Amino acid sequence: MRNTCLNEVHRLAKINKNILFIGSDLGAGTLASMKKEIPDRFFMEGISEQHIIGMSAGLAMEGFIPYVNSIAPFLTRRCYEQVLVDLCLHDLPVRLIGNGGGVVYAPLGPTHLAVEDIAIFRAIPNMTIIAPCDAEEMLRLMPKTVDWPHPIYIRLAKGGDEVVSQNDLGFEIGKAILLRPAKDGLFITTGVMAQKAIQASIELSEEGVECGVLHMHTIKPLDHDALKTIIPKVNAVVTVEEHFRIGGLGSAVLESCSDLIPEHASKIYRVGIPDQFADKYGTQESLLEHWDINVRSIKNAMRDKLKK
Amino acid sequence: MDQRSKDLRRTVVDIISVERRGHFGPAMSSIEILRVLFDNFLKFRSKEPEWIDRDRFILSKGHGCLSLYSILADKGFFSKEELLTFCKPNSAFGGHPDRGKVPGVEASTGALGHGLPIGVGMAIAAVIKQQSHRVVVLTGDGELNEGSVWEAALSAAKHKLSNLTVMVDYNKFQSYGQTSEVLDLEPLADKWRSFGFAVEEVDGHNIDELEKLISKLPIEANKPSAIICHTIKGKGFDFAEAKIEWHHKSKISDEELNAMYEYL
Repeated sequence: MRNTCLNEVHRLAKINKNILFIGSDLGAGTLASMKKEIPDRFFMEGISEQHIIGMSAGLAMEGFIPYVNSIAPFLTRRCYEQVLVDLCLHDLPVRLIGNGGGVVYAPLGPTHLAVEDIAIFRAIPNMTIIAPCDAEEMLRLMPKTVDWPHPIYIRLAKGGDEVVSQNDLGFEIGKAILLRPAKDGLFITTGVMAQKAIQASIELSEEGVECGVLHMHTIKPLDHDALKTIIPKVNAVVTVEEHFRIGGLGSAVLESCSDLIPEHASKIYRVGIPDQFADKYGTQESLLEHWDINVRSIKNAMRDKLKK
Repeated sequence: MDQRSKDLRRTVVDIISVERRGHFGPAMSSIEILRVLFDNFLKFRSKEPEWIDRDRFILSKGHGCLSLYSILADKGFFSKEELLTFCKPNSAFGGHPDRGKVPGVEASTGALGHGLPIGVGMAIAAVIKQQSHRVVVLTGDGELNEGSVWEAALSAAKHKLSNLTVMVDYNKFQSYGQTSEVLDLEPLADKWRSFGFAVEEVDGHNIDELEKLISKLPIEANKPSAIICHTIKGKGFDFAEAKIEWHHKSKISDEELNAMYEYL
């Protein structure tokens, strides 16, 4: 997914002379081809995220469309004020590409996890937050980012993720995608939790329980219309995210439901990371398992919610 | 102090008289810097504030905006009467300058340490586009406590941004007290030099010296310039000069206001 994303930046930069790339201190050889081919629009600025965000704002004020890439926690937490003031207050078309959204960097410990990034960015006006579910969806997303008139945070997953998105369903920023039709229940996911929800949906179907999967790739602006249309038609909703239960997708869905269709708010159960720092290393999967975020648990959550 | 400097200060006092509040000290320390920049250096069109070939000026010490408002009004970006809405609910003129609301303001500042990174981005943009305009960033001294300033300084030197000038309003005070006591900046000129800047120091209230210095920018080819302007907080008003209580003042009394006008 990351390679797809960065290769797209290079491809788009060849077409559009306003597109440029700014990295912090990425892996050796990152976008070497772009550096060689378009050296005046390729920047590697060191471990200075606060500066990089301000610099990207200055470039955007002059008509450029900077794509800024670093590890997600440092691109969100370290330079939060710069993102808020320099990018969002000025409402500039800068694209932040965060490597390792969620717990991808599990072996590196809690300093390198991005499990509150959605919550803190949701709280900033003008920000757009997108978490694609696989590399093919990334391919559909990237061309749409060029003309989007606001800052965007693109939350990258680990890469090599199973492809579950479907070309024929299209892709529009801010428009949720129904990956499986809803009947009894509905899973609402973002990023690579779509894969787990699809698997849970298939297994529940074998038990005679039919659950849809609504892939909310864009968490902000949230697709309120999709929620308002689908939630009243089902008996239970389980949101699944690789993020704290505080402030993420589940919170956004609950808030929307509470505002627009409050009589359906009690249908919703949120699966996510509890309010605690990671106390284990291992892998992304083992850490998610530790927090009981897996196919088994979301099936159970759905069964429980449907009983109530 | 000549009449022009007094007139620019008078506008600041007029603005302050509206809500009886404002960052008085940091405005008065930067009046001459802004006067010389706008009189002698920066290219701009006040009726076409987004003119593509204008020089970019960023007031990174956004709390010093009263002096910026004064010079922008003097140059015709807007009328002095409009400034008398300062800090009122529907005013364009707040306690920190707002891009998009105030013509001539390139960046919304207030949170410190933001101006230089943005200025670096603008200067790089000019290089990529082969544009000849220049970028000037005015920082405070307390503002230099922020690490983001020094991140941006490293980057400016790396890119050899000779089209970028940092001016430091070095009035030696920040909100809590003297910069030497809160978080000492010295040796400040050496710091900028070691970060790759060409550096000059100047009396920030001496018009002739300021004019002479900026006429030879950049100080060195292939290097960004830093001008350390030694200034006095509250300059021009004996009761406020180098007095920390005049950094930001609210509930300014009639007596205090009258005292201000007596100096003008």
